[in-house]
Formats: sequence, structure tokens, C-alpha cells
Amino acid sequence: MTISEFIAQDGVLVVQPRMGFSDPDLMRRGLLAVAQASARAVATITLDSYTRVNDVPAAAVALRDGVPLNGYPILNHPPSVTRAMVEPLVAAGIPVQVRHGSALPLEIFAALAECGLAATEGGPVSYCLPYSRVPLPQAVDNWARACDLLARAPGAHLESFGGCMLGQLCPPSLLVAISVLEAMFFRQHGLRSVSLSYAQQTDRRQDMEAMDAMHRIAAVELSDVDWHIVLYAYMGVFPRTRSGALDLLGDAAELAVHGGADRLIVKTPAEAFRIPTIEENISAMEYAAAVADEVARGDPKTERLVDTGVYAEARTLVDAVLDLSPDIGRALRLAFARGVLDVPYCLHPDNAGLSRGVLDDSGRLRWSRVGRMPLPRPPDPGPGRSTPSADLLSALSYVERKYDRATL
Amino acid sequence: MKRLVLLSSVSSDAHTWNLVYLQLLIEELGHDVVNLGACVPDGLLVESALRHGPDLVVLSTVNGHGYGDGKRVITALRAQQALRNTPVVIGGKLGVAGPLEPERVDELRAAGFDAVFGTDAGAEELRRFIGDLVPTSAGGELVT
Repeated sequence: MTISEFIAQDGVLVVQPRMGFSDPDLMRRGLLAVAQASARAVATITLDSYTRVNDVPAAAVALRDGVPLNGYPILNHPPSVTRAMVEPLVAAGIPVQVRHGSALPLEIFAALAECGLAATEGGPVSYCLPYSRVPLPQAVDNWARACDLLARAPGAHLESFGGCMLGQLCPPSLLVAISVLEAMFFRQHGLRSVSLSYAQQTDRRQDMEAMDAMHRIAAVELSDVDWHIVLYAYMGVFPRTRSGALDLLGDAAELAVHGGADRLIVKTPAEAFRIPTIEENISAMEYAAAVADEVARGDPKTERLVDTGVYAEARTLVDAVLDLSPDIGRALRLAFARGVLDVPYCLHPDNAGLSRGVLDDSGRLRWSRVGRMPLPRPPDPGPGRSTPSADLLSALSYVERKYDRATL
Repeated sequence: MKRLVLLSSVSSDAHTWNLVYLQLLIEELGHDVVNLGACVPDGLLVESALRHGPDLVVLSTVNGHGYGDGKRVITALRAQQALRNTPVVIGGKLGVAGPLEPERVDELRAAGFDAVFGTDAGAEELRRFIGDLVPTSAGGELVT
């Protein structure tokens, strides 16, 4: 069953772990555990970070020496092994999404086709700028060919990771814009079923506003394809206490329901310390699903959406990029080269690096510098509270402190 | 004494917040930083170290591959005559299963790292380490 058919089936929030192991037997156990969990769940195969940078020999050495990898090396294991591994899920109608993080995914997408897998994620911007040093034009070309290939597979689905840029401290309007633009890029390269991501940030009301903006823009720009929104539980520094971590995950589940996401990527209380086990993943998924169920049965949300300009900013950014070229890949390349899009704190050489995001006193993300992006110039923030490094650390750990403090 | 610090991730690690933070921290101590960013191939790190002749090389990694990647790249750095005495440190989440086993920390040191910092190490430890470096004409030298 495809992800979109699965989501449409009974209208409850679909949850999904980010699970990946180097050993096929352990990976199979993880997939089966997801299939058997008491939650409506999509299964995940997360690839390891050697595979992400196309370093097949390094993954081979690790496999030979028994050094555990942080994911499944799909280019090293024979396709027959991977096919057999996912077969029980295919039979049970549970979709399997491959998460890879690659700026140059063509080889990985070719392997997916050989393994009978057709759902994956990423994007030419979202998997290039934050996570690689591949030149953006090269990533765009490779993604274009990879999408053309994926689109030929029956049931192909591609999710943009654009709503998760750098995980934290990116003001929501840019996250919305990049997610929409990547989904439009996928459509231009033949995909008929896509999803747009948004990562939970620091303030619930701002997140609600951002998800509303994403719905509104996607409804216009993606009206001729199947699409849904996937929410990521907070991707920054995670609370260290178990109850703080569960509170944050519970808030993500509630946000997913109220913000109109159809799918939620969970995190676990182990996340602050290490890569979670199968059991930790399952229990986090079941917890999130239970919270979502309770929220969905409760009173519909009564709070009013506030408009602090997220929609207007996102719309402006999308339009400014689309104005650059009818070829969306080319438009994205030009946008970054000219600083029309500029991801704060992103070290990639093809990112202008002139923008900065900050947390204001109420805990909302806003711009302190917009660089050359066509956005309203923010007021001078004045001197920071402390040194720049301490201010950055404080902003990066804001959510961790907020949720850990609540539980002490 | 202003020093030049070469800051880098390892080949398979895509995380950058650690690098953004460390750059600010080291600059606030009055030193210059060349920040190579994410997923730095061994060859680029070696070439950059030879070109810049840093007083210190700081490798920061949090994806759990630090043990393997670190051991490989320190061997490549130490294979260069010019980099034999350059202080090189590594820190972060170095294994996939929580803190790195003491034997593996020892292996990293034996392979050529001057210091290995786990996740429990604070900014103060790096400050102290940089403060203890004695500059020489051919890069910094470590006082232990």
C-alpha cells in the first residue's frame, strides 16, 4: 500500500520512527516491531551516513569489522536481502519509507527500484545545504534525474525535508517556502504523490500559523497532485529528562492533529543520549499515537490563529523564486546564488550566509538579519544578552530547558 | 597570543551546530578560525591543514562515527611530515552507543590525537586546552 493510501484509510494520525540498523536481521526485527505496534505506523529504513555520502567502501569496512553503523547500508547489502527483509511488511500492507540524507541520491534511488521500494524523502536543497558539501547545481541535477527515475516506480512517493532545515533556529516562513518549492520541483520531475514537512519549533502558536500557511500555499501550488503534511517532532537539542522528552513529543502529537498534519515523525526520550533501540522507538510511537487519539477525540481547537506574517513572508519567498525561472531546479539555484533564499547558520559555500534567526523574549523565532531575502528588514536587535556563543547555546537549548524545567 | 584553529567535522558527519558554536567560542577567545563545515573528506582536511598550517586542529563530530572516521583521518594527518606535531583534538558523540569505551579512547590517542573529549566535556576544557598551547613557528605545541 502506498503512504497516501495508508494515510487516507482511517483518518487517524499516522506515526513513523526514524529507525536504521546495519544488520539486516536487526533491521527486519525493527520493521516487524513497527508493523505490530499498537499505532497506525509507517515503517522506516534509515540509511547510514557512509551511504549518504556515497562512501560504499567505508560502509563495507565497517560491516567487515563489525563496527555498528548508524543506519542500513542499502548499497552494500544485496537487493535480494533487502527485498526479503521488507517482504512481510509489503504483504501486510504497511508502507516502508527509506530515509537517506543524500545530496546525490541517484544511486540510492536506483537501489530502491531494485529492492521494490518507492517511498523516500529529502530534496535538492534540504539534503544539500545543511548536510553536505556538494555544490548546489550538482545536487539539483542529480535530484532531477533521481526524481525522474523514482517517478517511474508504481506507488512512488517523495517527501520534502525542506521544513526541517538545520533542525532549529530557522524562522518558519523559510521552512514553509523551501518545503513547498521542493514539492513543486518533485512534481516538475514527474512525482504525483508528495508530502511537505514541517519541524516543530519553539512556540506552538507560531507552529500552528506556519502549518496553516503551508496548507494555504500548497493548496494553490500543488492542486493537481496528491499531497499531505508531515510534522517532525522537535529536531533540536532534546530534553534530557524522560518526562520532559515525553511532554515535548506529546505536544508534537497535539500540534500534528490541530495543525492538520497526516503523519508524525517521532523522537524518543533516548534521543538526547544516543541512537534509540527498537523498543524505545516503538514505545515513543505508541505514546504519540495515544496522545493524538486523545486530542482528536477531545474538543476541537478553540484558539484563534494569530497572523504574525508567516504566510505573507512564505508566499513572498515562493513567488520570488518562481519568478526567477519556470524550471524550478534552475530557480532554486539562482535563488541561493542571489541570496533570495538564505538559510541562517548554514555553512554550505552555496548559501549566502547573511541571514540570522533568533528567539525573541516570548520564545518565538524571528529574523534578526534577512540578508538579501525580499523580507521586511527586522529592527536592530541591540546587543546580545551575553557573548555570541553563549547566546547561541542558550537559543539552541531553549526547548530542552523549557521542558526539563517543567518536570523538575 | 592569537592562534589559527582549523575546525572541521569528519567525512561522514553532516551536523553543523557543533561547528557553528565552536567557531563563535574559539573566536571569542581571540583566535582565528577556518571552519571547513560538514562532511569533510579526509583529503580535504589534510590539504587544508597543510595549506593553513594551523596551531590547532579541532575535529567535532556527533553522528556516532567519530571513532572510525577519527582514527582513519588522524592516521592520514600524522602521515604528513609537516603535521606530525600539530596538536589535533577530537570531541563529541564518538560512538553509536553512548560514551566511547575507554579502550577505544586510548586507541584514538595512540593513533595520534592529543586529546579526546567526550560529551561530558564543557567549553572550559577546550578553553584550557587552547590556553595551554605554546605557539611555535611550525604550528602550536602542546604542553602536558
